[in-house]
Amino acid sequence: MKHTINELEDIATQVRRDIVRMVHACQSGHPGGSLGCADFLTALYFEVMKHNPNFSMDGKGEDLFFLSNGHISPVFYSVLARSGYFEVSELATFRKLNSRLQGHPTTHEGLPGVRIASGSLGQGMSVAIGAALAKKLNKDNSIVYSLHGDGELQEGQNWEAAMFAPFNKVDNLIATVDYNGQQIDGPTEKVLSLDSLQAKFEAFGWQVITSDGNDMDSIIKALLLARSLTGKGKPIMNLMSTQMGYGVDFMMGSHKWHGVAPNDEQLANALSQLSATLQDY
Amino acid sequence: MKKYTYTEKKDTRSGFGAGLLEAGKKNPEVVALCADLVGSLKMDAFIKEFPERFFQVGIAEANMIGIAAGLTIGGKIPFTGTFANFSTGRVYDQIRQSVAYSDKNVKICASHAGLTLGEDGATHQILEDIGLMKMLPGMTVINPCDYNQTKAATMAIAEHHGPVYLRFGRPVIPVFTDPDQKFEIGKAWMVNEGKDVTIIATGHMVWKAIEAGEKLADLGIDAEIINIHTIKPLDEEAVLKSVRKTGCVVTCEEHNKFGGLGESIARLLVTELPTPQEFVAVNDSFGESGTPDQLMTKYGLDSINIVEAAQKVMKRAGK
Repeated sequence: MKHTINELEDIATQVRRDIVRMVHACQSGHPGGSLGCADFLTALYFEVMKHNPNFSMDGKGEDLFFLSNGHISPVFYSVLARSGYFEVSELATFRKLNSRLQGHPTTHEGLPGVRIASGSLGQGMSVAIGAALAKKLNKDNSIVYSLHGDGELQEGQNWEAAMFAPFNKVDNLIATVDYNGQQIDGPTEKVLSLDSLQAKFEAFGWQVITSDGNDMDSIIKALLLARSLTGKGKPIMNLMSTQMGYGVDFMMGSHKWHGVAPNDEQLANALSQLSATLQDY
Repeated sequence: MKKYTYTEKKDTRSGFGAGLLEAGKKNPEVVALCADLVGSLKMDAFIKEFPERFFQVGIAEANMIGIAAGLTIGGKIPFTGTFANFSTGRVYDQIRQSVAYSDKNVKICASHAGLTLGEDGATHQILEDIGLMKMLPGMTVINPCDYNQTKAATMAIAEHHGPVYLRFGRPVIPVFTDPDQKFEIGKAWMVNEGKDVTIIATGHMVWKAIEAGEKLADLGIDAEIINIHTIKPLDEEAVLKSVRKTGCVVTCEEHNKFGGLGESIARLLVTELPTPQEFVAVNDSFGESGTPDQLMTKYGLDSINIVEAAQKVMKRAGK
């Protein structure tokens, strides 16, 4: 490993500080899902993915990541900046006029690290499949990763994609679902139940694994297992349990912090729970 | 009136199929996707030649557009194929976010556009697709007029970087353009020079405009006929130059009068050169079942409708 579990956890803590500060500064954005996925994206960008922060859109010869649930842009931006795609100081421009850090990620402003716009939900799995197919055509053995919200799976396009990928043996794709059980209007089980995602994806022909997305050791093990399962004829689905708002006690486990910014007092409280392990931007 | 003749009739979708094969031979990055309409889109020849560069996605158009967007990230040039209705309205948000806003080099190739799809009826006869696509920033919109032009356009868009909507149709129609033409995106084609009225046509309506020009010539009216195959970006200079000369214009399209070529011309003229204009287009209506010819007559898209519109607009212009 390039980093110890402790080092990765420290990076994730700094990413969480970035998230709450970014969302507080513009008084908008989505802290809940961002905090929940901070460990996963840290593991991906700092440990697991073979990627080049000297960004090229084609991404030939390197692993690619697609964020389908684009509203958790704060965690994506923080991890991209912290892993060298752009200056961390630019995080201060999040959601502000003339920024490359749009509310939802986009290629439109030329932000390094972003290869597709996302925000309107349910489109990322198809895009990731396309990128994975291009890698196969290019005889490029690197891997395509994607992240999806669980509520997002209510969008029908996901199931078109879920049917396509196993049938076409897209086995260089590792999709992860942020399985936090929450969406804007409440728990997914009350809004529109996902029932057993594992049974659903297995029935569609995916190789399904599970992990704890707020336990760095579990994330790393799951991603390494997923890597070892590539090239065997099936796409891989990592059902990753997380808690929305993880790391900030008053935001944890509730849909109420899906898209709400903390006030000054709440920010101070949150930051007191997240020590600055790297320098703040 | 310049004389146009033809020796055969062919469908524009076959022009697409032929152009796709040529584009595939020329550039190994060209790939194709289809949503269960391979025969209708005439993609068989490409698939036979390049089976590994073709993706059958099934009846799942949203997924097809997303996969196409993803393929561009590895440097591929994807051509998606399905009916115009399922190429646009059904997947508008996918095109908007994953293709247009993301500036992906996807070629959305759409057959069976307009009324001439015929008997299947209004569920399949989209008359709003030009409008939907031209509103997207950065989208190029092309509606060629015969087999040869469609083939040339298909090859040309493979060499153009950026999202393109290529619209063509089902019925066989006269083949009257040069088989060796060089297709220039965004460049109008002067079909006939004239001085009394400008007739601007796209797609299947170009041949009808030629027929109308002949009838007008018999009436002593010298019509200038321009083929706008690229609705966006519009060849504004060509339009303004003609209208400065004639002082009146008729636009012809197999599309709703709202959102189509006619509105693009009107927007240009109202800001640059306010000019009387008549629209030969579908009058804000859905289509219905019938033969292509019956439908074109019932919905006012025949050459006689162009003749009448030309006479009317000349009168309005005081000519």
